[in-house]
Amino acid sequence: MRYGMAIDTAKCVGCGDCVVACQTENNVPIGYCRDWIVENVNGSYPNVEIELRSERCNHCENSPCVRCCPTGASHIVDGGIVMVTHNECIGCGACIQSCPYDARYSHPDGYVDKCTFCQHRLEKGQSTACVEVCPTTCLHFGDLDDPYSDVSLALKNRTWKVLAPEAGTKPQLFFLT
Amino acid sequence: MKEELFISGRNIPNIDPFLNIWHWEIPVYLYLGGLSAGIMFFAGLFTVIGKEKEMETTVKWAPFLVPIALVLGLFALFLDLKHQLYFWRLYTTVRMESPMSWGAWTLMFITPLSMVWAAAYIKDLIPGWKWRINLFEQFEVIIRRNMKPIAWAMMGLAIVLGVYTGILLSAFNARPLWNASILGPLFLVSGLSTGLAAIIWMSKSHKERTILTKIDLALIGVELFLIIHMFMGFLAGSAVKIEAAELFLGGPFTTTFWGVVVIMGLIIPAILEIFELRGSKVPVWIPSFLILLGGLIFRFIMVEAGQITRFLY
Repeated sequence: MRYGMAIDTAKCVGCGDCVVACQTENNVPIGYCRDWIVENVNGSYPNVEIELRSERCNHCENSPCVRCCPTGASHIVDGGIVMVTHNECIGCGACIQSCPYDARYSHPDGYVDKCTFCQHRLEKGQSTACVEVCPTTCLHFGDLDDPYSDVSLALKNRTWKVLAPEAGTKPQLFFLT
Repeated sequence: MKEELFISGRNIPNIDPFLNIWHWEIPVYLYLGGLSAGIMFFAGLFTVIGKEKEMETTVKWAPFLVPIALVLGLFALFLDLKHQLYFWRLYTTVRMESPMSWGAWTLMFITPLSMVWAAAYIKDLIPGWKWRINLFEQFEVIIRRNMKPIAWAMMGLAIVLGVYTGILLSAFNARPLWNASILGPLFLVSGLSTGLAAIIWMSKSHKERTILTKIDLALIGVELFLIIHMFMGFLAGSAVKIEAAELFLGGPFTTTFWGVVVIMGLIIPAILEIFELRGSKVPVWIPSFLILLGGLIFRFIMVEAGQITRFLY
């Protein structure tokens, strides 16, 4: 079992529904977000192209945040999801420094917070909030070990990239190009 | 080709537009930790080689600063925590892979040890000092008999503490400026040098100052060597490393780093120390003050600049 997500950059229109769905589902404090949209503009008019990416925690296999956590509050659970136990976190900020994707933030209550792949929904057999609301169905989520899961099929038929592979973190977010 | 990145609707405090999660507390702590490591290392060293009589300031008086510096440094660290009530979680686990866990445990041992060392010499500092509790009196006798083993332990822990102040930063792969293994030795040498500067400032014995100044000159030489090698490593590295180095080579930190840290904080004090060794009258506090100030500013800009650097994608 290894959860992963594929984001279709050709289909994404950057509407931000995934961001709002996540904020609502996970009670994210105002001014913060666990997922966000990146608009990567290449060139200038008239020769211009835009890549839209819905980004979030990469739930890295070799996660630097889990490695540097001094208390073990950051840990990996079944399915390879990187989680933070709030009452073990001291708010030192080491994991925020260690993340090449800046996917973590310091919650106003003190502890560090981030995307959980909606683990509380997965336990009930549902998919993540961002995937459920995406109007263009550009987000594909599922078990990477299962060759017939939504994400595996998306990766099988398309070319894809991961972000900053040179950081050596083995990210589990795949961007279909 | 022009490439631009927009991140829609994300403006998280202390994360955007660039990371700024660690403020003054961290560099102040790194500085006080390095300073303490420097003083303790030399107090231990001169005790181990049996020079307590000649090097009185190094062995007896300067170590009184250490518990104060360490407690202030720990307090700064505590202030930095965002979830402060849970700080004790550091001591419910040992995480071998986390430098911060190592550091927390090192401080757990070295802070009481520095207090024990200071307590052992308190009767020399305050004549007529009496422990109110008899147990302390007996404890002091045992400590005074075992100064050499304690000195060995203190030297070892001082090196771990000094290196740790650098490793804390270099362990972060995501911040290219910090992610250089040379930061460990560089922060250690810088810490030893600031420790020596503090001792030299306090010392009233000409002979002691001469010995310490010679050691300090060697350390400044090593520090300059390590700084040059750090930049050679960056410039020979990948794009993110080159970008990190450019912050100091023409970028916003150029003047502060080369002007204040390298020239004012290392080269000028070294020249003054050479004049002093040759017999010129230089007020002792000037090179010491410059080294102490340079060390502090060095840590401030390393922490600030490091957070700006990141992977490009």
